[in-house]
Amino acid sequence: MATEALGWWGVPLGIAAGTLRGSAPFLFVSLGECLTEKSGKINLGLEGTLLMGAMSAYAISYVTQSPWLGVLVAGLAGIVLGSIHAFLSLQPKVNDIAVGIAMIIFGSGVAFFFGKPFIQPVAPQLPALEFGAWSSQPQVQSALEICPLFLIGVAIAPLMQWFFQSTRWGLLIRAVGDSPDAARAMGISIFKIRLLCIITGSFLAGVGGSYLSLFYPGTWTERISGGQGLMAVALVIFARWQPMQCLYASLLFGGAQAIGPALQSVGVTSYYYLFNASPYILTLAIMIVTCSPKRTLRGAPGTLGSSH
Amino acid sequence: MNPGRSLYLPRRRVMRGVLATAAFGVTSRLWTGCTPTSESQASSSTASGKLLQIGFIYVGPKDDYGYNQAHHEGEVGVAKLSWVKTEEQASVPETTDVEEAMRNMIEQDGAKVLFPTSFGYFEHILTIAPKYPDVQFFHCGGLYQEGKHPKNVGSYFGYIDEAQYLAGIVAGHTSKTGKLGFVAAKPIPQVIRNINSFTLGARSVKPEITTQVIFTGDWSLPVKEAEAANSMADQGIDVITCHVDSPKIVMETAEKRGIFCSGYHADQAKLAPKGYLTGAEWDWTTVYTNYAEMIHSGKTLMNGGIPHIVRGGLKAGYVKLSPYGPAVSATAKKDADIAKAKFKDNSLVIYQGEIKDNTGKVVIPVGKAYKQQDRTLEQMNWLVAGVVGNA
Repeated sequence: MATEALGWWGVPLGIAAGTLRGSAPFLFVSLGECLTEKSGKINLGLEGTLLMGAMSAYAISYVTQSPWLGVLVAGLAGIVLGSIHAFLSLQPKVNDIAVGIAMIIFGSGVAFFFGKPFIQPVAPQLPALEFGAWSSQPQVQSALEICPLFLIGVAIAPLMQWFFQSTRWGLLIRAVGDSPDAARAMGISIFKIRLLCIITGSFLAGVGGSYLSLFYPGTWTERISGGQGLMAVALVIFARWQPMQCLYASLLFGGAQAIGPALQSVGVTSYYYLFNASPYILTLAIMIVTCSPKRTLRGAPGTLGSSH
Repeated sequence: MNPGRSLYLPRRRVMRGVLATAAFGVTSRLWTGCTPTSESQASSSTASGKLLQIGFIYVGPKDDYGYNQAHHEGEVGVAKLSWVKTEEQASVPETTDVEEAMRNMIEQDGAKVLFPTSFGYFEHILTIAPKYPDVQFFHCGGLYQEGKHPKNVGSYFGYIDEAQYLAGIVAGHTSKTGKLGFVAAKPIPQVIRNINSFTLGARSVKPEITTQVIFTGDWSLPVKEAEAANSMADQGIDVITCHVDSPKIVMETAEKRGIFCSGYHADQAKLAPKGYLTGAEWDWTTVYTNYAEMIHSGKTLMNGGIPHIVRGGLKAGYVKLSPYGPAVSATAKKDADIAKAKFKDNSLVIYQGEIKDNTGKVVIPVGKAYKQQDRTLEQMNWLVAGVVGNA
């Protein structure tokens, strides 16, 4: 029988499938935020950008029947929001955290306003690559249906790592983030570098939003992000500002979303609130283990959080 | 520096003030986009010679394939009456925002009847109602207590678990694996009653069938809902239903996985053309039309003409079943229709002893029957035998 129950094997399979399905938004937002923070600015507004990306991708995909065009427009929407954030937060004595919070409200408000007519229609979705054809198990086949967008995200992580470590541009960004005075002495425009970093970061977050509405869960509702944008911003700290570690952390959080449902489906019915909270508990635990009162966080860009 | 110094305002402060005011104005418009919809062309003057202004308030978008869409469809239905004028406001949070929305509807649009439809609006209704003693407030979900609450507040609700029982019969007939799935938000009595009725319906045709419950933890968590539907499909469950705010994602995920689904709140057949079996739907048109007609004939909550608590199921037409999908067999249709007829002549009681819960304890002894109106059922905190889950 093809649809045979998997029993306990369903738990690791469910979590693995959840990882492959659900971690892309975390990945794109955290990579975008990593780039932004490396240059010394924080963009909390990526939650709003994520929603705006999800909405515009769904709307464009519905109107033009082309999901990839939707992805592109989601990125452009991210660029627009990113420009606003960059312009405001790069003014002297403006606090980037406060601007970020305003951008969350602004981005989600605009997305809800323009998203109203798109809640009901069904938009064409991004295609999935079938990596599970070798298996006779329909569960495995379904778990290995992977969206190309996720693979693009996975490829960006090592590229960004290499970019920061081995290229002149990466060095410039790190210099701007760590020691703006030194960078200025080198004759670099701090404003331009940060502007570019924030805008590119927002572009990535917008693309992450398109994954939410065009692949998984694959619909537009006002609750689609469920705070994933904010969690991804926190992931960057968790990942110590390393793109490769952003990838691992995103996979971890993506998989953790599946723990609660997967356990309940095999009959572990108690404590589901606790299992649902497992990603947060995990983050707290790792933060506590790795933090020290004697030094600042390793890897943090020098001017992060200051209004330099 | 100059004589006008005391009047000097820093440019930055002025800009900040202007921006803040503008932003506040813009956002508050965004949250509460007021849409007066249908204006019936009622030239025929009525008994009172005036249109009856009715206001509807929803907690979410009105086309979410769920709870709010069901109420919106009721609003469209009642607006067909020539002497009724309706207005509605969607996505109003369960905070003081709803008080503001109600006040606007009363003071600016002259609403005499309000239907704030979300469960969490109730305490805000209690704040506003005493200030407008001639306006009638009808709340969906029902916590009205005689003597304690203002006289101009009423409550209405439907026994949707009757429709879930019928959906359970259809699901039981359709399932090949004998395993059903239920994606639930929170273990509260209304949800548990739906799970139990769905399961009892399925077990009335196949006594060995089981229902796997997954609680997501909140009313709208798209990713968890999709995960829940996926892991159920992995476990060989082949019919899924749900009780969350918007069933859209559960239905679409089930369709993608090639399994059957049974809807809730509103008709979701369009989302799953192959796998949609049937669904438990609200029919608020009946309820709202009844209310409008009672008010039109001069009855009010205050003069005792309208009962404070209104309840009804299939018989009263408060709930209905979605049209059967293509996968439903003739036998399933026949059994569901028989049960529906029995609900309509009151000969079928869902909660009739002996019923055991899923730990083996007898919760309703032999010979005991709880009719739908029974208040005990509104405190249900046990899952019936056959449900895999923990309330």
